[in-house]
Amino acid sequence: MSETTAPDTSSAHRPAALLWAALPLIAFAAAIWWLYAANPLSSFYGVAPPVEGITFERTVLDSQGIRVLVRAGGSEPMTIAQVQVDDGYWHFVQEPAGPIARGDTAWIAVPYPWVLGEAHIVKLVTSTGATFEHEIAVAVPTPQPDGSRLWSQAILGAFVGIVPVVVGLMFYPALRGLGRGGLNLLLALTVGLLAFLLVDTLEDALELAGESAALFQGPAMVIFAAFGAFLLLLAVSRRRGAPTGLALAGYIALGIGLHNLGEGLAIGAAFATGAAGLGTFLVLGFTLHNVTEGIGIAAPILKERPPLWAFAALAQLAGGPAVVGIWIGSLAFAPHWSSLALSVGAGAILQVIVEVTAMLKRREGWTGLMSPAIVGGFAAGVIVMYATAMLVKI
Amino acid sequence: MATLATLLRGRLSRRNLLAAGAATVGGASLGIAGAAGSSAGGRPGTAGMELDICTTTSGVAPAQDHMEMHGDQMTVGAVDDAANGFDPTAILTDWDTGTLEILPDGTRQRTFTVTAEDKEIEIAPGVFFPAWTYNGRVPGPSLRAMEGEKLRIVFQNYGSHPHSMHFHGIHSARMDGVPGAGMIGPGDEFVYEFEAKPFGCHLYHCHALPLKRHIHKGMYGLFVVDPDPARHPEHEAVARSRLFGTPENAEWQELVMVMNAFDTNFDNENEFYAANTIAHCYMKNPIDIVRSRPVRIYLVNVVEFDPINSFHLHANFFDYYNQGTTLTPTLKTVDLIVQCQAERGILEFSFKDHEPGHYMFHAHQSEFTELGWVGLFNVTDAVS
Repeated sequence: MSETTAPDTSSAHRPAALLWAALPLIAFAAAIWWLYAANPLSSFYGVAPPVEGITFERTVLDSQGIRVLVRAGGSEPMTIAQVQVDDGYWHFVQEPAGPIARGDTAWIAVPYPWVLGEAHIVKLVTSTGATFEHEIAVAVPTPQPDGSRLWSQAILGAFVGIVPVVVGLMFYPALRGLGRGGLNLLLALTVGLLAFLLVDTLEDALELAGESAALFQGPAMVIFAAFGAFLLLLAVSRRRGAPTGLALAGYIALGIGLHNLGEGLAIGAAFATGAAGLGTFLVLGFTLHNVTEGIGIAAPILKERPPLWAFAALAQLAGGPAVVGIWIGSLAFAPHWSSLALSVGAGAILQVIVEVTAMLKRREGWTGLMSPAIVGGFAAGVIVMYATAMLVKI
Repeated sequence: MATLATLLRGRLSRRNLLAAGAATVGGASLGIAGAAGSSAGGRPGTAGMELDICTTTSGVAPAQDHMEMHGDQMTVGAVDDAANGFDPTAILTDWDTGTLEILPDGTRQRTFTVTAEDKEIEIAPGVFFPAWTYNGRVPGPSLRAMEGEKLRIVFQNYGSHPHSMHFHGIHSARMDGVPGAGMIGPGDEFVYEFEAKPFGCHLYHCHALPLKRHIHKGMYGLFVVDPDPARHPEHEAVARSRLFGTPENAEWQELVMVMNAFDTNFDNENEFYAANTIAHCYMKNPIDIVRSRPVRIYLVNVVEFDPINSFHLHANFFDYYNQGTTLTPTLKTVDLIVQCQAERGILEFSFKDHEPGHYMFHAHQSEFTELGWVGLFNVTDAVS
């Protein structure tokens, strides 16, 4: 009897459950209707002007003058009434025209005769008289995509991304002879350099997040994108147990690659906004700084014999994104996308830190992790990265 | 890598451009030729503006090639004068002479009525400013009387703050329009009474505290006392030409120009400069001048936050009467005068020997010019 009644109650229960689920939604809808109909909050609105916010996302300088892409972040649609460049009012064309709704973007084109190598200030005046300022620190023509430029950017990307990884991987034969202690030291060194990159990447992601529109909630986006990437990669890589060997090297290369993609974006954007001079010495300095990354990728595969194409693939995976990043960054930069890419990179780096540490733990146990060799290796990794960075910081 | 980006940003913020000739991977990779920027350089803005401005005012479409279009340095659009309730072209010649009574003892008594009110005004196309006004306009009414008249100014405060009318003139302490003497709260009324003296080009403004805020919100206006020809026999002809309503005076083309500015974001720096409030209004609607008749400008500077303002006339020179209290010029044959706040004077000049055309005038602080304080005289053989 109970067998026959049970399905009945459950089927009778289903519409009731739907009704109960609908109830809070109906209540919410009613509350919203009342808010609009009775306007009980009118006393808060007062006569104060609406809150306004503008974020400058892109700047293009060419023979037609200056164009900026702005994103509105006001409590109400905002109207850009006038545009100043260098404390003077100029004709401008807004595309699309009219008030800019919250979160929407518009291009502002000003036929301003900008001067090569000098600074200019663009100031937008809204209908309430509020002003929003954007500094063009060094005016240079915005790069246009053409074959020779893409090629020379690729060379730059290769020098700061691929070359150091390849050089690091070329230590592989020499490192194969390392004993147990030497390999532990090298793995710890890898954790150290990844820790440096993690801090560095998060710092850059947060800085770019600060430049992006408020509605993207920069810091929260960075933290949760990084954490999400970390968990996703951890889950994917652990489908068949903890990754080791070539798989682990691949994940390290992926983490470094994502980090380099985000950095490529930032470098490309920096060029787009006017870095004309970058000395050969500095480029070589960055190359040196990044060689350690290659050694880190090589560490998990020292006891294996991967085919040669695997090395090429690892180098591409870790260094190639720098090239792509510079391309994208110089042609279509947006602070929130760059910040997001760096955040995902940070999550990927955290994942490999966990995996390499787990590998060391499996080899030496928890107490072994605290041995002078491993702690020293970790410290050495951080110090090497910090010191080589010091060489090129100005 | 991170360091590279950070480094680039750091270098940019210091505007520290490396020598272009350096053999660099970055520089070479970008292949930035100097040519594009140089061609964009072109002529300095103000010089080009003079040349191109006529084409702009005659309604040229938005720039296709801006290198030829320095006249594009201008606010975009037009102010709704009807909604504002005042028209800057009308303000040029709109005098408030009040009502005149001859008292039994023969005294000429002139009465003005002025109200203070809060009003949002459009000070540049699309930019709205929460002004405090006299008679709903900025600048306030241009009051005009004759030397020796007994003046009564009935002042009513319909605004949201205490206000006053502080006249630059000679009067008793009780009539000074400062706290405790003619300063009134919202809803109150006060009558300022004094004799119109000395003759000259003067001003009035609110003297409530904080003074800066009350002045830059719009509470100021011109106060002109014409000389009584009977009192100046040695310069009677000059005095008659200055006295409003005489045939000699009617020959002159008299203009009111109150040089003012607005700090729309309240950071103690002005965003818009103008004569008579509306930025660029006389660029878009040049002031008609008949070249055979002389021009007289009653000029006052009320700009807040900046120490000085100036007036420069193109292609011509003028005589200047500092504060207007003399009947002979205090400066002869100049094309530029400088005024601190509340300084004022009378400019007299003529275009009778000029060919018709657009003649520019502006503050010769280029910054003020580029932020709106610039205009044109449209000199013609006759007003069409």
